[in-house]
Amino acid sequence: MAEGDFWSGYALPLVAMVLEILAIVVPLLLVVAYATYAERKVLAAAQLRKGPNVVGPFGLLQPLADGLKLFMKETVIPSGANRVVFAAAPMLTFVLALIAWAVIPFDPGVVLSNINVGILYLFAISSLGVYGIIMAGWASNSKYAFLGALRSAAQMVSYEVSIGFVMVTVLLCAGSLNISDIVLAQRHLWYVIPLLPMAVVFFISGLAETNRSPFDLPEGESELVAGYFVEYSAMTFALFFLGEYANMILVSAMTSILFLGGWLAPFGVPPFTWVPGPIWFFLKIAFCFFCFLWVRATFPRFRYDQLMRLGWKVFLPLSLFWLVLTAAFLTAFGMLPT
Amino acid sequence: MELLREYLPILIFLGIAVGLAVVIVVASLVVARQNPDSEKLSAYECGFEPFQDARKKFDVRFYLVAILFIIFDLEVAFLFPWAVSLGRLGLLGFWSMIVFLGVLTVGFIYEWRKGALEWE
Repeated sequence: MAEGDFWSGYALPLVAMVLEILAIVVPLLLVVAYATYAERKVLAAAQLRKGPNVVGPFGLLQPLADGLKLFMKETVIPSGANRVVFAAAPMLTFVLALIAWAVIPFDPGVVLSNINVGILYLFAISSLGVYGIIMAGWASNSKYAFLGALRSAAQMVSYEVSIGFVMVTVLLCAGSLNISDIVLAQRHLWYVIPLLPMAVVFFISGLAETNRSPFDLPEGESELVAGYFVEYSAMTFALFFLGEYANMILVSAMTSILFLGGWLAPFGVPPFTWVPGPIWFFLKIAFCFFCFLWVRATFPRFRYDQLMRLGWKVFLPLSLFWLVLTAAFLTAFGMLPT
Repeated sequence: MELLREYLPILIFLGIAVGLAVVIVVASLVVARQNPDSEKLSAYECGFEPFQDARKKFDVRFYLVAILFIIFDLEVAFLFPWAVSLGRLGLLGFWSMIVFLGVLTVGFIYEWRKGALEWE
């Protein structure tokens, strides 16, 4: 009897939970691996090249070959480095990029943990990302890494403020911190339409938050070589790399959830509703991710003072103003969700 | 129990993610041939011997950005609960937050005029 309780009460739910988590992590890592392939293909297309096309059909095995190559490389830990922090930094970046997905809903009810402060959790996890970078830059004891980490940290915290204001604006319209509720609140109208300027601010801040072009100053290969991960090699480098791409996909997912209606079909009528929700969600993420690559292929890099000016003097006042405007509008017309 | 049921998966997820990260790094460390020498382990500096420690003075503006960030991030933290319950707070809740934001905006304008947001 007691044994039966143990199995049905603890062990089986635990196994189910672990399987659920693996059902998120494994596809996520595959998508991340193929995101690098997608990036190289899109950049190649933008520059009229072919991109990877040797390893496997259409170069489809390229990400696996890259991974294997990095796996077989020597892990160099610089003699001047603070060894523990040096090793912990890429792991932290990687772990944070993964666990944010615990609260992302893929369909009604299809979510690992439907916590009622989901957006706050996402905001917290994405804020912690800066620690991995600061730790890497500090522990490397290398000038390039240190400067890259400083720049990256200042840039990430600057744009995080705007991201916070944009999230609050969406919360005003949705009236809930639960991510599934926020998606369902967009049944009739995706927030990208009434909150278009906020969606643009959010996406551009997302570019800065993930250190992507045109805000890739922390990497600035012409001056800092690679920025905060210049001293990293083999799998420690790979973890940073995976973390960075997982973060880009996370920002794409957040844009989809906050503004593009998550798993919802564009129109709630039959030909669109036949397609399952996760497919819509995936397509929206793919679209946002494509925009990341498109921007990288198109725009030159910002100067650091321009970057800071955009963050503090344009996005911060704009998002604050739009927040107050939204609150005033909803209050004045009695449209606030209760 | 409610709390446990909602957050336990996240905790287990955290454990799995940490385990995965450690396994990846350690497995590579074990499988790949390690052949360190003193040149390889010195900090990278474009072919030079590194001629200074990296932990030196850096621009005070990075501190300034961090301080400004704390102020505004706290503001955002106050806004989160306000935003979800504004429908129940009514006009008093709305105007209280406007006053709060107004005070912060005055501070923001002061920072701007003082040049705390300037780079170069």
